[in-house]
Amino acid sequence: MPAPAENVGTFRDRIAVNRRNSLLLILIFLAFVTVLGYVIGYAWVGDPAGAVFGLLLAFAAGTVSGLATYYAGDRMVLAASRAREITHDEAPVLFNVVEEMAIAAGLPMPKVYIIEDSAPNAFATGRDPEHAKIAVTRGLLEKLDRDELQGVVAHEMAHVGNYDIRYAMLVGILVGTTVLISDFFLRTLWFGRGQRRGEGGGQIQLIMFLIALVLAVLAPLFARLLQLSISRQREYLADATAVSLTRNPKGLADALQKISSDREVLEVANRATAHLYIANPIKKFERRAKGLFSTHPPIEERIRILRAMETGGVPQQAP
Amino acid sequence: MGTVLTILIVVVAVVIVVYAIATYNGLVRRRNEVEEAYRQIDVQLKRRYDLIPNLLEGVKRYFRQEQDVLTEITRARSAAMQPHSPREQAQAEARLSGAIGNLFAVAENYPELRSERVLLDFQEELSSTENKISFARQHYNDSVQAYNTKIQSFPAVIFARAMGFTEREYFEAAGPERESVTVSYD
Repeated sequence: MPAPAENVGTFRDRIAVNRRNSLLLILIFLAFVTVLGYVIGYAWVGDPAGAVFGLLLAFAAGTVSGLATYYAGDRMVLAASRAREITHDEAPVLFNVVEEMAIAAGLPMPKVYIIEDSAPNAFATGRDPEHAKIAVTRGLLEKLDRDELQGVVAHEMAHVGNYDIRYAMLVGILVGTTVLISDFFLRTLWFGRGQRRGEGGGQIQLIMFLIALVLAVLAPLFARLLQLSISRQREYLADATAVSLTRNPKGLADALQKISSDREVLEVANRATAHLYIANPIKKFERRAKGLFSTHPPIEERIRILRAMETGGVPQQAP
Repeated sequence: MGTVLTILIVVVAVVIVVYAIATYNGLVRRRNEVEEAYRQIDVQLKRRYDLIPNLLEGVKRYFRQEQDVLTEITRARSAAMQPHSPREQAQAEARLSGAIGNLFAVAENYPELRSERVLLDFQEELSSTENKISFARQHYNDSVQAYNTKIQSFPAVIFARAMGFTEREYFEAAGPERESVTVSYD
């Protein structure tokens, strides 16, 4: 029997809402970087021409780092995690499970990578489904049963299908650009604030200078908080999408339980790659997972929502 | 006044044409997705037929006393490979699955066979292929649902039939299928 229409509908609605929110966030972010570039440019040079110059500089910085990340980001991440590509015969079960989930999602078969580490964890990378890569640790293969492994792979396939990876890259670039511009401005403060032109312009310049100072100090912080909040929200969506692929919430819930109760530390993970993994690999941060600075939502909450799906119930609390 | 009216009519006409093109392209994309999803099912079925002779070759020498099990698989396989209506196809596939399941059940009685690498590998490959078939069907049904919903929704419903888009049928599984689950945060 096909799935009841209203269930799938609700799920698809959820994705649509999430996509819309994502687009909105990107637009806000872009406007923010533009304003930042404009104000700093104005404060620096003292007239609208300088503001446009600052704006262009902000865009140039964003474009260069953006292109580099877009085309080489996945290779850098895989190399940093010491991931190695495998063939079907090296890990048939993993390979089959990835293929099953690619079929369930109607996506091309991603490349499969293994990380020789006993801590159970996994991540996906690649700019679009045609360039997708799924990396899994040796520990995950050994500690999880087939259903649990399928749940984890489905979660990663969900990130691929929802274009979460590209989105995360984009947000990362915007955050990086914001930090870069702010940093650049704050450093130039030590060398005076450019030349003044006439008294009238000087007053506006002074106001712009103060705004720029406040923005330059606060912007990187807000950008980072926004990035983390997006990252957390994406995990819930990927869990839900994973369930729509496997139609088995128990597998992923059990997997998350095993991963979260595992005491081993993933050596190859660091603060730059931590947000990629299915569960935060840096254990000491897990304690303050409810905080603003966490890359992941609390794993207990994710498990609770999945368990509620098992019984067909609806969780009382929205994430 | 005349110019304003003309401009208004032209704008409305352009909007309608642009909308019709976008709708048409969207529907074509979804219909292609449905067809692609349907082909995936056949790809996976074919893969299963291809795996079976290798499996039989691997276990043949252990199964001297169990010839019936092997012949039933061979027979079910060639029956399933015949062209069928979707309903008959589902029945033929169910029979083949049953025959293969029987082989693994009988293999339990042979300790030396149970631990045989060949058999374990085939067990994984065959059960994975069965999963792939069922996931391909699931994806097909999901695609059909998205497509049908699209052509039945306003305002596409006005054009869809005129443009030659008709509802597709779901793939009804013969056996018990995985229970769907409620995925909602609201």
